[in-house]
Amino acid sequence: MDITAFTLSSLQKGYQTKQFSVTEIVSEYLKRIESFDKKINSFITIDSENALKKAKDLDNKKADGPLFGIPFGIKDMFLTKGVRTTAASRLLENYIPAYTSTAITRIEASGAISLGKLNHDAWAHGSSGENSDFGNTLNPWNNEYVPGGSSSGSAAAVAAGFVPFATGTDTGGSIRLPASFTNTVGLKPTYGRVSRYGVIAMASSLDSIGHFTKNVEDSARVLEITQGIDGFDATVSEKRHETFDSLKNGIKGMKIGIPKEFVSDGLSSDVKSVFEESIKTLERLGAKIEEVSLPHTEYGIATYYIIQPSEVSSNLARYDGVRFGNDRSTFGKEAKRRIMLGTYTLSSGYYDAYYKKAMQIRTLVKDDFDKAFESVDILVSPVSPTPPWKFGEKANNPLEMYLSDALTVTINLAGVPGLALPAGFSTNSLPIGIQFIGPHFSEHTLFRTGYAFEQETKMYERNPNL
Amino acid sequence: MKIDVKKVARLSNLTLSENEKKEFEEQLSSVLGYIEKLNTLDTSGIEPTAQVTGLINRTREDEKTGDCLTQEEALLSAISKTKNLFKVPKLVDTTE
Repeated sequence: MDITAFTLSSLQKGYQTKQFSVTEIVSEYLKRIESFDKKINSFITIDSENALKKAKDLDNKKADGPLFGIPFGIKDMFLTKGVRTTAASRLLENYIPAYTSTAITRIEASGAISLGKLNHDAWAHGSSGENSDFGNTLNPWNNEYVPGGSSSGSAAAVAAGFVPFATGTDTGGSIRLPASFTNTVGLKPTYGRVSRYGVIAMASSLDSIGHFTKNVEDSARVLEITQGIDGFDATVSEKRHETFDSLKNGIKGMKIGIPKEFVSDGLSSDVKSVFEESIKTLERLGAKIEEVSLPHTEYGIATYYIIQPSEVSSNLARYDGVRFGNDRSTFGKEAKRRIMLGTYTLSSGYYDAYYKKAMQIRTLVKDDFDKAFESVDILVSPVSPTPPWKFGEKANNPLEMYLSDALTVTINLAGVPGLALPAGFSTNSLPIGIQFIGPHFSEHTLFRTGYAFEQETKMYERNPNL
Repeated sequence: MKIDVKKVARLSNLTLSENEKKEFEEQLSSVLGYIEKLNTLDTSGIEPTAQVTGLINRTREDEKTGDCLTQEEALLSAISKTKNLFKVPKLVDTTE
């Protein structure tokens, strides 16, 4: 049985026609993890015992529920009752949550089975996965290269065929960047579409709860489960619960904009050629491509690196070692840097010059997107200016690492949704993705475009050799 | 832009090693230097954006919404506890 080819729908079809049992499937995935994850290091905690027990229970039930019997992995930022949740930090290495996050509760109530908790940059701080206190996650496509961060383990686990889908969080690119580096589909939903309840907070005005899948159809199916109000997160919008049945309607006549500031300079030749090829594909599918301008793009990183660390410093203030966790000396270096930076920019006398100024520029960034969406339906751009880089290349230079998020952070500042999906490979066979960006709550359009694109390119059929 | 690492560490309730102090001073100053580019943009009269959902004043009836954590559950991960309570470091110095 080749489990790497499974999608959510092919697994469900198999269950309905009794081709295999849930126990067989869960065991196969666990076996694959056992064989290859010692090297890849995508899991922090493997939960075989619970997974097999749940599989056995499901085998005695009728195969229904939208995610019946689907194994999945959880970024270790999501609280799971009774299962250790670390934020990939030594500070929480022994933390056992007393409740489960809304997204996970919903996914499990739909019949999915967690195989365990996935590695990432500690506290979701990073673009490469190298900030984890539990070791680097390797890129399954080439172990010398980073898988992208912060959701490094989620991306690597889906790419490696350890799970058919995994959850992630995206505050400045933490889902889209690793998706782009691993040939997987990564969704950062609209801010306020999915409840953040029970997810360890990073920067509260930016955090979005999303997921990784092999293909776009699966991504839509998972969002159908996780979206909508739960009564525990006041930023979740009330009326936004939809099914994504327009997926296969095609994109004939759709207006797609290329933000010229995203492609003007600084793109590596590999990324440039994959992107140009993708534009041709979209044109072939009937989309109308035009150039648009997001003039404040160049201020994105600077704005983000005020707002995000400020909110980080506030959110991480709760870790005092009293109610849970070890004391503050167990924070890793990157968390300390961001706490310091945020404390500084919020400190007396500096607030107006930094935080307020950044929030004003955030208005300009958001206005740019609003204006662009007056003339086009969605935007398309590369996710990262470069293909995956080698371990260590940027690790000692925080500013250089921060700049790798240049094409993802403004999307979080504006709160709009972004869908990253596989688009091609570099000359040395590393994955390169593109992202579709739409107005608030336009996920249906992103899925429709992504589906049409992937039917044409079929990148999801390509898997790494482990 | 130079950052007073010692002062900011104290405000952040972080204890830094001498090496970290040196390293952070350099790294954070370079990040702050980069951020300076925002000053080239005139933002006078522009409303700040704190959130993007447009939702305001979400309230609900002040009723019990579900089961609370039991005392035992709430204390589950505390390193230091006594008589079913969190044990905290002494906050008020009474010797002065």
